[in-house]
Amino acid sequence: MIRAEWTKLRTVRGWVAALAGGLLLIVAFSVAPGAGGTCDETCRLPTGPEGQEVTDAFRFVHRTLTGDGSITARVTSFTGERDAGPGRSEPGLVPWAKAGLIVKDGVRPGSSYAAVMLTGAHGVRMQHDYVHDVAGPTGPRTPRWLRLSRDGDTITAAVSDDGNRWRTVGTATPDLPSTVEVGLFVTSPQHAEVSTKVFGLSGASGGPSTATATFDHVGFEGTTAAGWRTQQIGGPSATSAVAGTDGAEEPRPGPPQPASRSSARDGVFTLTGNGDVAPAVSGANGLGFSVTRTLAGTFVGLVPLVVVGAMLVTAEYRRGLLAVTLAATPRRGRVLAAKAVVIGGVAAVLGVAGAALAVPLGTAVMRGNGLYVNAAPTSTVVRMVLGTGLLLALCAVFALAVGTVVRRGAVALTAVLGLTVLPYLLAMSVLPARVGDWVLAVTPAAAFAAQQSAVEYSFVDNLYVPSAGYFPLPPIGGLAVLLAWTVVAFTAALVLLGRRDVR
Amino acid sequence: MTDVVRAEWTKLRTSPATVWAVLAVAVGTAALSALAVTTVRCPCAGDPMTLTLVGVQLGQAVAAVFAAGVIGGEYATGMIGVTFAATPRRPAVLAAKALLVSGLVGGAGAVGVVAAWAAGHAALDTGFAARPVFGSVLYLVLVALLGLGAATLTRSSAAAIGLVLALLYVAPIVIGTVGDPDWKRHLRQWGPADAGLAIQASTGLDSLPIQPWAGLGVLGLWAGAALLAGAVSVSRRDT
Repeated sequence: MIRAEWTKLRTVRGWVAALAGGLLLIVAFSVAPGAGGTCDETCRLPTGPEGQEVTDAFRFVHRTLTGDGSITARVTSFTGERDAGPGRSEPGLVPWAKAGLIVKDGVRPGSSYAAVMLTGAHGVRMQHDYVHDVAGPTGPRTPRWLRLSRDGDTITAAVSDDGNRWRTVGTATPDLPSTVEVGLFVTSPQHAEVSTKVFGLSGASGGPSTATATFDHVGFEGTTAAGWRTQQIGGPSATSAVAGTDGAEEPRPGPPQPASRSSARDGVFTLTGNGDVAPAVSGANGLGFSVTRTLAGTFVGLVPLVVVGAMLVTAEYRRGLLAVTLAATPRRGRVLAAKAVVIGGVAAVLGVAGAALAVPLGTAVMRGNGLYVNAAPTSTVVRMVLGTGLLLALCAVFALAVGTVVRRGAVALTAVLGLTVLPYLLAMSVLPARVGDWVLAVTPAAAFAAQQSAVEYSFVDNLYVPSAGYFPLPPIGGLAVLLAWTVVAFTAALVLLGRRDVR
Repeated sequence: MTDVVRAEWTKLRTSPATVWAVLAVAVGTAALSALAVTTVRCPCAGDPMTLTLVGVQLGQAVAAVFAAGVIGGEYATGMIGVTFAATPRRPAVLAAKALLVSGLVGGAGAVGVVAAWAAGHAALDTGFAARPVFGSVLYLVLVALLGLGAATLTRSSAAAIGLVLALLYVAPIVIGTVGDPDWKRHLRQWGPADAGLAIQASTGLDSLPIQPWAGLGVLGLWAGAALLAGAVSVSRRDT
């Protein structure tokens, strides 16, 4: 019976052309968005010890430590300044501004580290190797004592209110050599917020920020080769001045950047920094384009698949062929299942093939044009490719089911595209971010989460909004929502097909 | 010509799909807008008028389906052969259909858009602006004509709807991913949905890629081109 349905599908020339066109469109649009850029080797993000792209820019006052040892300091003040619209700035720390102590494998951006820090609004934290974050005590920010000690491979972070009674924040075992750089650091990431009062992309605001911290009672134990040195790790430009964010916002000129600076007087250090020590993110606070962009053609390829999916049954209704089909196979449920297997299988193969071609081709074209494309792990790319196949297969079966229910190709098509593509379009354009998130969690459009390549981190401020490539649901969850819609529609189709007359 | 219009009107009037479509254009437009405006509270930094009239994004699909079905349905059932036998001046049939579709979608659209505006005004205090409100009605009419032209060209409602919805829903998404700002701007000036919906803007006209009436004109060009191509092909082709 599957062969019978396959024969029907493959012998309609227009349908075959539409399906082949769908595949072509998926691939063609992956190479189309390649606009020109001026990115070369110099605007590459560093890679952290665990393979992620990272941001590593901060003000660093440090000395060399060989073997075991510790550093202690009191933070007496921690203030900041942030962008407040074009050309203006206002005082205030951004939530993830950081000031504290760090032990690092040299001064190369992207190298292994462990740090204990005060943050703008998230209390004391211990972080290491960019993607690990442990919360310490909250409470009043300054003055506060911090200590970072090394014992073999283990780094221990501790905090104290008075310098006598210490409380351990956490321990970590980053892969550090025996000689490391130890010292004070200050940094402050781009600030970003979503206003609920504003719609769509214009609801996002943000800009550069700086933080200034004063340290005293700096104590150092251990073997050192040299005195204190001051250095800017990374560049402020690495996080704020490179054009090309993934959202639709153009980079906005912020207030004049105060040069990162530091001063030391009578054992009191004052550091001003800008940047972040964290995993890199896509979107407003990120840099470059995500791999997801190469799959923009999925939306175009989806249309012919949905057309064929709906017409596979509505055309039979229209021409009366369904009566013949059902006379040949009186078990009507099986006919519908066979159709679903055929169109779903074809859509899955086309989706996987299209995405498997589109991702490497599109990435190569964008890189060739000088655009910076965020690296995605192979596992993510595989998930995106398979997810695209599943997404298209489910949409095609969904269209088949809706077509069986409404028995009109054009109406079924409108219903399916209106439920899958329209919510996505509205979430990207006019809806406020919060509502867009909701819409992309309950409609079949949730399944586009399978194509998300950007990773969300709870300890990195960013606009985690759909327009920046962040879906509210995880890939599996998004596909499950579409699956649920498809199952409901398919069940309704089975019931109605069983009950109704065929004409 | 009067006879042709009367004949087409009889066909439309007696089809149950017409009543449903006209209702759905009005209700769909008003309902999506009413839902959308409950999600925000003003004063708002964005343009509340575009959110108020967002229901047009749903209403346009219904309008296009209806218009495509007006001729696509005849091709599906073979009725078109009878129609053309009765009226050998085939473009006149198309013109009569376009006239009636414009009237029906215009009427239903006006009800839907005004209801949408009323809901938006109640929730967001947008005030009245003639260009966005009446322009949205015109937008719906032009989209319907685009659907009619596409269905005449493809001789199939489903294929026509696939094309029209690809232009209205998919093109803006794909244009949004274009990296080069100049290209993006040019594409937004020529995409039927992006250009046509400029008519809904009530503030910040300077930052629009295309001015409101010019944008609606672009959509008019799309609809006109589709109808013209439909008229030419219908005269040359077999039914």
